[in-house]
Amino acid sequence: MSIILQVSHLVKKFGDLTAVNDVSFNIHAGSCVGLLGPNGAGKTTTIELLEGIKTPTSGNITYNGKPLGQQFRNEAGIMFQNTALQEFVTVKEMLIQFSRFYPKTANIEQLVKDYALEEFLHQDTRKLSGGQKQRVLLAIALINHPKILFLDEPTTGLDPQSRHNLWEQVRRVKDNGATILLTTHYMEEAYELCDEIAIMDHGEIIAHDAPDALLALHFNDVVVQLREQDILPMIGEEVFGATYRNGSAHIVTSDVNSTVKKLLQLKVPLEHLRIRARDLEDLFLELTGKALRS
Amino acid sequence: MMWKRIYALFVARNTEFFRDRSALAWSILLPILIIIVFAFAFTDENPEKFKVAYLVSEDIVTEESNSAFKKFLATRYIQFIPVQVIDRNLKKIKRHQIDLLIDPQTSRYWINQTSPNGYIVEKLLIAAFINAIQAPIQTMVAGDQVRYIDWVIPGVIAMNTMWGALFGIGFVIVRYRKMGVLKRLRATPVKSIEFLTAQIMSRLWLLITVNTLIFIGMDFFFDFRMFGSYLDLFLVFTLGCICLICCGLLIAARISNEEVANGLLNVISWPMMFLSGVWFSLEGAHPWMQKLALALPLTHVTEAAREIMIDGAGLAQVSDHLLVLMGTSVLLLLIGAKIFRWE
Repeated sequence: MSIILQVSHLVKKFGDLTAVNDVSFNIHAGSCVGLLGPNGAGKTTTIELLEGIKTPTSGNITYNGKPLGQQFRNEAGIMFQNTALQEFVTVKEMLIQFSRFYPKTANIEQLVKDYALEEFLHQDTRKLSGGQKQRVLLAIALINHPKILFLDEPTTGLDPQSRHNLWEQVRRVKDNGATILLTTHYMEEAYELCDEIAIMDHGEIIAHDAPDALLALHFNDVVVQLREQDILPMIGEEVFGATYRNGSAHIVTSDVNSTVKKLLQLKVPLEHLRIRARDLEDLFLELTGKALRS
Repeated sequence: MMWKRIYALFVARNTEFFRDRSALAWSILLPILIIIVFAFAFTDENPEKFKVAYLVSEDIVTEESNSAFKKFLATRYIQFIPVQVIDRNLKKIKRHQIDLLIDPQTSRYWINQTSPNGYIVEKLLIAAFINAIQAPIQTMVAGDQVRYIDWVIPGVIAMNTMWGALFGIGFVIVRYRKMGVLKRLRATPVKSIEFLTAQIMSRLWLLITVNTLIFIGMDFFFDFRMFGSYLDLFLVFTLGCICLICCGLLIAARISNEEVANGLLNVISWPMMFLSGVWFSLEGAHPWMQKLALALPLTHVTEAAREIMIDGAGLAQVSDHLLVLMGTSVLLLLIGAKIFRWE
């Protein structure tokens, strides 16, 4: 796959604060890359630098080997984290307005059909629900039939139905050959949609690979999960190094047999025992820590 | 392609404007109400302060007339303005900029027959001269008289232009920036100059339409003077609109807070309204205030419109005002475009 977006030694400073610190990576054409990180990690600043919305303090970004310019503007689709639509304008008028900004545009009727906008097509943009608004914003981002699509936390604040609906639509875009770069706080979303993920913290990329490759690289163990009430906290912590959250005890082990054997010896009831593989959330917390971020 | 983008932004802004009923009402109904209210208020009632100009001559005036004039000079609530020449001040009487002109040496005075203020000041003058040997000699200003409404209407239309331009442009751009609409536009091929051009065009045609409607409406209700060319007047108001729109663009170029924008727009618009001679003449005001008034675009719009409507002036006679408006527009637009920020 050819490289569509090349990022080299990208730095963005706001006064004394370094929001993005020497970030370099490539995005291959047709891939979906997820940018993950805790709040304040520099995800949005990075994606806005790549979108050409912000100017880097130093470093280079090239699109198909050229600096971001008019061709990039014509071929990029962007969906911001918080976008307000112009008021007193209907969805259809908004789509027509944006279609006039680009030399090549998608068929509006097809977009309306594909993204199920018919029912609120003639509705004022102020009266849209959260899910409807995100669908409209995605349709606007796709109005120029983009070769590269930027999605900044596209499903934040949506209910599970709307989120799954949006995932379906993003998959459709990907299937049509577009390159996608998305930021998200939902590990499940990243795992479902992305071919590659890059985890950011303190303005730097601390891990970047395919999700399964990253999991294989960082973990060779599984999590044995029990009800908190079934295992005494003292035993859990001292014998197994268990952690407790949401009424469950989590024991991380690379030897399931000996762990289960030990639990049986301690007469811990195993009716509610579950064994699960380590997931992206575990990886994320392991790499970025559990301390709260502002 | 550029014009297609400008057209898209132009259409979107107009659609938004016409569907926002409160903005529409503010732009069209309020100026009409203001004109009606103020026209009646100012034609039926007297301003609190009268203005009397008196000729200052090197020759010594007679003791009698001097004494009577001194008595008149002691009248309260009249602002006395020393002047050197008669001709220019006769024009000011016609235009209600001063209420009475007197030559103390000859006791001759000039008033505007249609001026309510002139009528009252004349009574006070006669009272002051009651024991004088030589009674004051009345001279009515020759030619057509200019009523207050003739004088005030060009200013009111100019003032409406100012409100519409400053707040219509300033607030909209700041609101767009605050909401993130500008950020979204920046992610498209739209360039800042295209966006600004669309905003200027959209506001310009709205203001021109509103001004035309107000002009026609006022012409229907009040038979005011229009001695000059309609085309010249159109040009003056168009240039005035552009200049004031550019002023709004400059204010909104970087601000992203509506409260700050509101404060700044008020700080600019209120002094402009009172110092530009829209409602009352600055005749006799402190010289620095008169100089400051000349730096305000609204002064030049008002003055040029008055000269065309009341005096029948042509473009050549108002060219100084037009040049100031053009120069100011270019300067403000260049600075505004230079410092414009999408976010």
